[in-house]
Amino acid sequence: MAKDLVEFRNLETHFKTSAGTVKAVNDVSFSIREGETLCVVGESGCGKSVTAMSLMQLIESPPGKIVGGEIMFEGKDLLKLSKKEMSRLRGNEIAMIFQEPMSSLNPVFTIGKQITEPLLYHLTMTQKEAKARAIELITMVGIPRPEKIFDSYPHELSGGMRQRIMIAIALSCNPKLLIADEPTTALDVTIQAQILDLMRDIKTKMNTAIMMITHDLGVVAEMADFVVVMYAGKVIEEAPVLELFREPRHPYTQGLLKAKPIINQRQERLYSIPGQVPNPVDLGENCHFHDRCEFCMEICKVKAPPLRAHIDGHKTACWLYEEEGKAQ
Amino acid sequence: MSESAVQVDTRHSGGTGEPLVQVENLKKYFPITGGVFQRRVGDVKAVDGVSFTINKGESFGLVGESGCGKSTIGRTLLRLNDKTDGSVHFEGQDLHKLSKSELRKMRTKMQIVFQDPFSSLNPRIKVGEAIGEALIDHGLVSRKDVKERVIETMKICGLADYHYDRFPHEFSGGQRQRIGIARALIMNPEFIVADEPVSALDVSIQAQIINLLSDLQSEKQLTYLFISHDLSVVEHLCNRVGVMYLGTMMEMAPTDELFSNPLHPYTKALMSAIPVPDPTLKRERIVLQGDIPSPANPPSGCKFHTRCPMASDICKEQVPEYRNVGNEHFVACHFA
Repeated sequence: MAKDLVEFRNLETHFKTSAGTVKAVNDVSFSIREGETLCVVGESGCGKSVTAMSLMQLIESPPGKIVGGEIMFEGKDLLKLSKKEMSRLRGNEIAMIFQEPMSSLNPVFTIGKQITEPLLYHLTMTQKEAKARAIELITMVGIPRPEKIFDSYPHELSGGMRQRIMIAIALSCNPKLLIADEPTTALDVTIQAQILDLMRDIKTKMNTAIMMITHDLGVVAEMADFVVVMYAGKVIEEAPVLELFREPRHPYTQGLLKAKPIINQRQERLYSIPGQVPNPVDLGENCHFHDRCEFCMEICKVKAPPLRAHIDGHKTACWLYEEEGKAQ
Repeated sequence: MSESAVQVDTRHSGGTGEPLVQVENLKKYFPITGGVFQRRVGDVKAVDGVSFTINKGESFGLVGESGCGKSTIGRTLLRLNDKTDGSVHFEGQDLHKLSKSELRKMRTKMQIVFQDPFSSLNPRIKVGEAIGEALIDHGLVSRKDVKERVIETMKICGLADYHYDRFPHEFSGGQRQRIGIARALIMNPEFIVADEPVSALDVSIQAQIINLLSDLQSEKQLTYLFISHDLSVVEHLCNRVGVMYLGTMMEMAPTDELFSNPLHPYTKALMSAIPVPDPTLKRERIVLQGDIPSPANPPSGCKFHTRCPMASDICKEQVPEYRNVGNEHFVACHFA
């Protein structure tokens, strides 16, 4: 098995709001192995993006703050690095692409300028070398006429092309880890298929580990090697992708899988998880899913279940699988 | 059990067979202006000659990618836009020929639910008042009875009566969409245009709203035009589906027929592009190359030929005929 590239250890990221403290990431631990695609799935507000932003240390402070835990990257704790050391890693060894390809490119600079920026900064290339490399990158992400695109501005490109450019920028310094935060959510399905294909290609060619954040279980099934399911700031289940889809164990994961309409498998009625995601302010120490769960027991309301491997490599945080819960 | 039996019924019969909405050769062009004098220099052909009929009690789905004109059809159908050409008949009356007062009366029978539950509610108006507004405006119910009707409708849509005095920001996305549905429903409409009603919602909430819409349909014999980019949602909710590309209807068929026997290469590509939540599945996927062309300058001949894996010379020159290939299955392709 490949060795761990990133390891989140009991990460806690909190936001102070006027209504109270939001524990957006609440004691999250998992690891990403070298060359692996790990998908973090969950609904809005579950903390999946904040986990990635904590890794990049792009949490706006205030109101946000990483209050505890460690993020190990190749054996170093990123949270102990100085600002300067961190900015040397960012865009170099760890790169990120975002959901909105329109708003993540700067509209007043040419594509060329934006692709060459990390090359000049991190790899200290000359202008000429950087341009040659940029054109190579544009070609690699599947855009024709790279010289022309080099001198274009973002508004001249379509959504799919912009996302390809974002990927080119992210890959410019051969990162060891690529974080993709809902990279295809804003795109049409036919364009999404192109971008997912491209990302798979890159992963095999460059052996980059990918941390992909998504809410779409279809995308997870196609892309992931390993899946982490989050709910209300906590990891509630993690497993290799085949294992997770074959035997989802947490009631929330089971519900998510049943609730999604699947093409050519029409059901008479969709399964739906009752209720809604709890208010993230001042959540108690219990299972945050308890009020929507059909298997809810007394213990679920008063005590948070531990995330534990009951089957090899498949961790679940649910009292249904604990002795303490079974006793009830 | 009886509930699901009713649903099967409405979905497979395709309504009563009596047409409620008839759209004929509808065109909607938006002008592009340019130069110092803002002269018209071209048109965005958002909807370019589309015809279809929606029967009473049926739910008709329109699918396609962004910019294909599906939302414009929805708006033009309700005369929220003026048309450029063609006609829309609602219960046999030409909507675009009605006078203002006639249209106003007609409006109570047709309602719309929007995609974004965050921007479609006025943040300063209490939810109960927002839901009852149209009733008062149309003078259908006296002011003192409005609250009762509103609360009744809110309950049908899965909201509680204490929500009446709250403001939109106090609600989650799913609840706001319920408010949007309540607003449409309170008028007792016959026809609802639902423009991407679940696209902005999370999966677990999406399923709740889809179920609500389908329950309402069987209870109140509603007719839907359901606009979506998500084929799997449309398959679940609709009797018949039309697939659009760049302002043109490419294929239209009853749901089961379309999904078991898609004929247009675009429909096939759309279906194969949807990620399926099953990692064991290895599929031959059709990945379309390139981007959607601009509707201001659509390709000649078949509009899809620039991305079509089957395209040949004839596709560049001749517009394929939109024809019935049997089983109420319509398709516009030279090779289908």
